[in-house]
Amino acid sequence: MANTRGAAVKYDSVQKSYDGESLVVKNLNLDIPPGEFLTMLGPSGSGKTTCLMMLAGFEPATHGEIYLNDRPINNVPPHKRGIGMVFQNYALFPHMTVAENLAFPLQVRNVGKADQEAKVKRALEMVELGAFGNRRPAQLSGGQQQRVAVARALVFDPELVLMDEPLGALDKQLREQMQYEIKHIHENLGVTVVYVTHDQTEALTMSDRVAVFNDGVIQQLSTPDDLYEDPQNSFVAQFIGENNKLDGKVVDIQGEECLVELDDGTKLKADKVNVNAVGDRTTLSLRPERVEFDTTDDMDNLVNGRIEELIYLGDHIRVRMNVAGNDEFIIKVRNRGEKRKLDVGETVRVGWALNDCKALDAAG
Amino acid sequence: MSDTTQDGQLLTTADGKPLKASLAKALRREKLRALMLIAPLLIFVLITFVAPIADMLFRSVENGIVADTLPKTVVALEAWDSTSGEAPDETVFAALYEDMVIAVDEKTHTRLGSRLNYEESGISSLFRKTGRRIKRMDEAGPFKEQFLDADKDWGTVETWQVLKRYSPRITSGYFLNSFDAQLTADGVEMKPEDERIYMFLFGRTLFLSIVITISCLLLGYPIAFLLAALPLRTSNLLMILVLLPFWTSLLVRTSAWKVLLQQQGVINDFLVWTGLISEAGRLVMINNQTGTIIAMTHILLPFMILPLYSVMKTISPTYVRAAKSLGANDWISFWRVYFPQSVPGIGAGAVLVFILSIGYYITPELVGGTSGIFISNRIAYHISSSLNWGLAAALGTLLLVAVMVLFVVYDKIVGIDNVKLG
Repeated sequence: MANTRGAAVKYDSVQKSYDGESLVVKNLNLDIPPGEFLTMLGPSGSGKTTCLMMLAGFEPATHGEIYLNDRPINNVPPHKRGIGMVFQNYALFPHMTVAENLAFPLQVRNVGKADQEAKVKRALEMVELGAFGNRRPAQLSGGQQQRVAVARALVFDPELVLMDEPLGALDKQLREQMQYEIKHIHENLGVTVVYVTHDQTEALTMSDRVAVFNDGVIQQLSTPDDLYEDPQNSFVAQFIGENNKLDGKVVDIQGEECLVELDDGTKLKADKVNVNAVGDRTTLSLRPERVEFDTTDDMDNLVNGRIEELIYLGDHIRVRMNVAGNDEFIIKVRNRGEKRKLDVGETVRVGWALNDCKALDAAG
Repeated sequence: MSDTTQDGQLLTTADGKPLKASLAKALRREKLRALMLIAPLLIFVLITFVAPIADMLFRSVENGIVADTLPKTVVALEAWDSTSGEAPDETVFAALYEDMVIAVDEKTHTRLGSRLNYEESGISSLFRKTGRRIKRMDEAGPFKEQFLDADKDWGTVETWQVLKRYSPRITSGYFLNSFDAQLTADGVEMKPEDERIYMFLFGRTLFLSIVITISCLLLGYPIAFLLAALPLRTSNLLMILVLLPFWTSLLVRTSAWKVLLQQQGVINDFLVWTGLISEAGRLVMINNQTGTIIAMTHILLPFMILPLYSVMKTISPTYVRAAKSLGANDWISFWRVYFPQSVPGIGAGAVLVFILSIGYYITPELVGGTSGIFISNRIAYHISSSLNWGLAAALGTLLLVAVMVLFVVYDKIVGIDNVKLG
């Protein structure tokens, strides 16, 4: 991080319940160092937005304490927290021009007129909308409104910026472009960003660390590559990226390795990640691009499968196979231009390395 | 532009007809059908709304009665100089005799008498008296003497001045009357101070309507805000309470205010019982302006709440959240972010309440006493009691114009685009 202007955030055993009967957030402990881009990722109803709203001050925590720069903020009203926020539908004030929208947080802070104008100008230039100051939000495209919303959340130099699914309303191409822009703005300013999304690609693209939420609990908190390469449980493996799952039972454990017998009797070697003892049910997780057709006899795992379907996708070919009784087994084959013939109905041998196959807790 | 002509030639359809004619023909059927659908309402509006208004506008200046009843006299009077200071000569009286004979036959002379009586009191009895004597007059003349004998008022200049002044078929008399002015021999001048009433009543109507609109806004805004902010189940219940007055008769509600507000009424009794006021100091809250304001605010409140509510419902709570996240406290986020977005609702509600109240009649009549009545009560009086329909029409026209002018002013200040009923 070039400069760390950011604030540190700490959730200390935070719980949240709306109805007094069930917990939406169950005992959340989370440390966010200054300047980090942290994404809260999870399906809807997983509690990620609630966590964000508690940090912003719009929802009170039922139990526990949230710290901003080591200062407890549970009793600080939202407008005194000094946290910038980008909302799902931008929430740009429709009766004000873009420049007035940006000047609003400065006006309420009694910033001098000249200073206001300079800051607004700088913020608009940061998002490349220098010429749009006099327009109304309704006269801007979705992507432009999005940039104004980001600029408004940053114009008063907050140390922490929250973003609540800010790209959800944009089309795919614009969304990808904005992901890079937000990432670069974060890198240049060094503020702490807490970002909420249900889009795993977005989370992987932008974040320093990702907290995967499910059922009110953080399932895993890691860097994007760790999350993909070393999922700690089958929910994370399923939620992040594409995943083949094979259900079976642990029959042998050797240090960090284990031997798993699938339900049809096939035995596979796997990395022992989330199993405890021989006899445990387990779900093996295997990324589609790690399975090889060009097998050699010294590979850790070798099985025969029948090709069910071939889907041509340009840069790669998706092969759906029936492997060990699972006919949703997907293999991605890079399109290298070589005329390797694969035919539907053909039975071929596939193989993969032990380290690419993770033995996780048994999925539902 | 270039689509309609190509190389200077009209575009045609496949069978050679001009494209425009073809299109118009194709659309005609649809337009006709659309017209048929709205026809019942259109006819209804024309008959019950546009026609009466046109009739009212006409009546406010119409004055054919003099020329119709005394045609020959009107012609003969043209030669008379009304500033001469003398009554007309024998020729005019001869014409008057001929006209009166026919008028008495048709019994139209009394109607003319009461019409002219609006302008100069005493003329009604003059015509009635003369009507009774006309049969006994000598057909050979001289007529001037005989008329003067019947009533010496025929010899005064003022009588003839009035007759001459109101002989044209179109008159500004009713409108001048509405402005507390009158037409005299010296031109238009204001009536004496103690006879002026209409301008004062217009002013009071305007003032009370503004007060009622403002109190409706002050009371309605928080309720509409609450309605829009509460969860649906609670807000539905509240909405029923807001709409409840609509289900009760207007008369019943107004009468209920009588029970509550009168000096021996519920509120005064309660205040005396609590000791806040003494038995002698009972408040006068009805049959005056206070009564009108209270009762009309209550009756018109839903018309303020409903447009406000429908606009507030569309303001996302995220805006206020956004304002707070940007550092604005509760008041600033309300005043600078929420309130400006609710202005269209205020505009709609205010226009609705104001226009309804400026023409209100029943409530001021029942609880207004003398100091709380509106111009509409005066109009009703002229229509049903004094039967001076011309004046009633002129007052009504003025009211209509006043509302329209206010509407234009409102459009200039607030902008009519800023009015949203939902």
